[in-house]
Amino acid sequence: MKEQAQNKQIGAPMNRVDGHLKVTGAAKYSAEYELPNMAYAVLVGSTIAKGRLTGVDAKAAERAPGVLAVITHFNSPKVPGFDTAGKDPSQPATVGGPLKIFKDDKIHYSDQPIAVVVADSWERARHAARLVKGQYAPEKHKTNLEAGASEAFLPTAAKKNPKHPMNDYQRGQADAYKLGAIKLESEYVIPTEVHHPMELQAITAHWEAADKLTIYDKTQGTMATRRDFAKEWNLPEENVKVIATFVGGAFGNALHSWPHESAAIIAARVVNRPVKLMLTREQMFTNVGYRPYTWQKLGMSATPDGKITAITHESIGQTSNYEEFTESTLAQTRMMYQAPNVTTRYRLVSLDVCSPIWMRGPGEATGAFALESAMDEMAHMLNLDPLEFRLRNYTDKDPENGKPWSTKFLKECYQLGAERVGWSKRQLKPGSLRDGEWLIGYGMGVGTFGAHRGAATVGAQLLANGTVLLQCATTDIGPGTGTVMTQIAADTLGLDPKKIRFELGNSSFPKAGTQGGSSTVNSVGPATQEACLALKDKLRGLAGASNAAFASAKKEDVTLTDGYLALSSNPATRVAYADLIKQGGDKAVMVEARPGPEGQQYSMYSFSVHFVEVRVHELTGEVRVSKLVSCADAGTIVNEKTAGNQMKGGAVGGIGMALMEAAHIDDRFGRYVTKDFADYHVPVHADSPAVEVAFVNQPDPHVNALGTKGIGEIAIIGVAPAIANAVFNATGKRVRELPITPDKLI
Amino acid sequence: MSLPPDLEQPAGHDESRRTFLKQSSLLTALTFVPGPVVQAATNELDEKVAAAFEKVPLKLEVNGVKHKLSVEPRTTLLDLLRENLNLTGTKKGCDYGQCGACTVHVDGQRVNSCLSFAVMHEGKKITTIEGLAEGDKLHPMQEAFVKHDGFQCGYCTPGQIMSAVACVREGHAGSEAEIREYMSGNICRCGAYSNIVAAIQEVKNGGQKV
Repeated sequence: MKEQAQNKQIGAPMNRVDGHLKVTGAAKYSAEYELPNMAYAVLVGSTIAKGRLTGVDAKAAERAPGVLAVITHFNSPKVPGFDTAGKDPSQPATVGGPLKIFKDDKIHYSDQPIAVVVADSWERARHAARLVKGQYAPEKHKTNLEAGASEAFLPTAAKKNPKHPMNDYQRGQADAYKLGAIKLESEYVIPTEVHHPMELQAITAHWEAADKLTIYDKTQGTMATRRDFAKEWNLPEENVKVIATFVGGAFGNALHSWPHESAAIIAARVVNRPVKLMLTREQMFTNVGYRPYTWQKLGMSATPDGKITAITHESIGQTSNYEEFTESTLAQTRMMYQAPNVTTRYRLVSLDVCSPIWMRGPGEATGAFALESAMDEMAHMLNLDPLEFRLRNYTDKDPENGKPWSTKFLKECYQLGAERVGWSKRQLKPGSLRDGEWLIGYGMGVGTFGAHRGAATVGAQLLANGTVLLQCATTDIGPGTGTVMTQIAADTLGLDPKKIRFELGNSSFPKAGTQGGSSTVNSVGPATQEACLALKDKLRGLAGASNAAFASAKKEDVTLTDGYLALSSNPATRVAYADLIKQGGDKAVMVEARPGPEGQQYSMYSFSVHFVEVRVHELTGEVRVSKLVSCADAGTIVNEKTAGNQMKGGAVGGIGMALMEAAHIDDRFGRYVTKDFADYHVPVHADSPAVEVAFVNQPDPHVNALGTKGIGEIAIIGVAPAIANAVFNATGKRVRELPITPDKLI
Repeated sequence: MSLPPDLEQPAGHDESRRTFLKQSSLLTALTFVPGPVVQAATNELDEKVAAAFEKVPLKLEVNGVKHKLSVEPRTTLLDLLRENLNLTGTKKGCDYGQCGACTVHVDGQRVNSCLSFAVMHEGKKITTIEGLAEGDKLHPMQEAFVKHDGFQCGYCTPGQIMSAVACVREGHAGSEAEIREYMSGNICRCGAYSNIVAAIQEVKNGGQKV
């Protein structure tokens, strides 16, 4: 806490360290590296959803101008790791490799790549790709979850391990809600939603030598990607370098390696040139994952005075026929409210589709739509204010395991948000408020996500010019990782942030996990802090050789200043960097920070609540979100500007989820009919209100020394039900199948 | 990197092309066409002729730099900027004019560069994000985006900024609602809309020359 008191940068709304690069167009994304003799690759997708590829007619493509190669299953070089990189389907989706492209003739899903065309320009590669024709032996495909629901199964991982979180859960009596006097039973559906970051998935693959591969890739984890492709090519990991300095959004879809990456690497091998491959927006629907279509049923019973007696929450989500993708859809139901009887059941249905992958607020955002809608439905049945109903079922310890919360300031969030949105204007009776033809309603939804922390290593080095260089393999897909790490380092070193450079997005840097699950600041933050402390201690030791005051000082007692290492208590006592560097002071220190045992003692979660005011047009059913207030208990806020932005972004994502986003498959062909932003709508400027954000900003002393808990997921979890609940309050119409399009309201 | 001169093919291309000519189409050609054409094919003339027809001369000015180019008619302005002029600040997000990431100014007007062919811009002046600042001095809109954190991942940012500058110049930044309407062609999937609008309002209300 002593360090906290001295914080100058932590908590300050510092501008992003890479802001200048981003506003001038100088930030380079994965398809923007200039390499000599670049070739361009375009994928050709299967036109059937299931079956075998019997042949590929590539003659016309091969003779098209500028074409260097057309690679298919029938002529692809052998990828050595495809035979050895065996994959247990029960492992999480990010473990193991992507679909083994061109390895065999099996078609797993529509638009699965059957060929990659390489040419000397985009134009020529695109043209030639259109000339490639696949020949198929089709089989009957399944792409509809509801039609396959009778085949729903418990994930293999859960079958194998009784302690696996995807197993059925029960506390108290099973399905006890059925016995309740006041009860509800509702079914909820969320459609397939697609991440659709603005940057199309792209990779530039470059074999620098026969056994040395460099890829510039859109990934959330440089080390995970390195592992996947080192495995595919049976290479030592150090022979594969993954560069992802800038990532143009991802929201989860770059947590997995995908077929196009393998295809570009194979293509670069075949043509012996660097190869650039960028998916089309249409291929972003079909080849890089999505939030899976999920059916849920939620039963709940309560006493007349508003105490929940039982909840049963069941979920069936879709996965592919070659991977078992699971997510924590039912987690929030088990721990959010004080209910003595809770049952959860999670099932999957295998369909002939590309594998899903975690999309922002994965699972929890899906589950919260059912849970938080049901909370609103029950509050309405009880004639209670939904906020009051939640307060009556508030928990001061985790009801799932009985552990204390590491910290929980959700009540404070409720209060902050209710005031700001004007909750007191809300009427219990739906349809009570209007402004001309617009019906006005208020709704709320709660979100939570585990405060996850993993091991991370940061390297710190004093440079001769008096600046400090920090390096870590972590990535920044948009939250501002480099910026907040610079702030953390500035406070720990006592140095001006302008004299600190935090480099990331390179698998050769000290190791870190993937940027996902709201865990980056929780994990890399303490590693940055500890690396800076270690650097100070090292310099202090060197200074101690010539100055006794330093020899007896502690690392916390010294600070870096302009050109000197000085005692914090007496800055006049100092040693010049130049002297320290002469003694080897410019050698990097590397420190790994790992989570402690606190995770066993406490339940660690971030919490959020979203309050919404909607206006629904009485005649057209158009829904406008006129106010959105998101309040979060996310521990210490390192940078209110970037953290606030992240919260606002999650809220906008929630508007999309609630009101417009749905990817549709035509089951007759097993193929997506939504192919671009004309038919898959995402929120634009006009759909977004000025989102208000408030943080409780109380440090959590148990997750790490910084007190952070994570923001990325709780920003969206609970937003969609808040909007659905507000729509009910405005209209009296309960929509349980997202998105809430006008046809469902008129 | 600049465009290769007329008729010149990049190295590495010719091998496969030649192979094809010798192995396949020549056989077809022999059956259908008179001798001189076959001779032309074997002399690789057909390809040079085809390439000459494939490319069109184009003069345009990008960020104050005059370019004399030879481009395929099907090359979009976006791909010309990114792949041939190495101006990768202009982003590709959909190729259908639906996302706005590729917004540039053509003779001062905002245009989705993915929806226009390069050859449509003969003699025109193009401004991209790289040409907005004056040397080291950022354009006020760029400054405002940094200050208000009008981005997260940064990928839609160049398009947002080019659109925002045009939005103010057009006189469509009169209110928050008007800004939201006239900026709706630029999608930000990170959802930084509130901050982008704040940045535009500051520039509009600041009275600086945009």
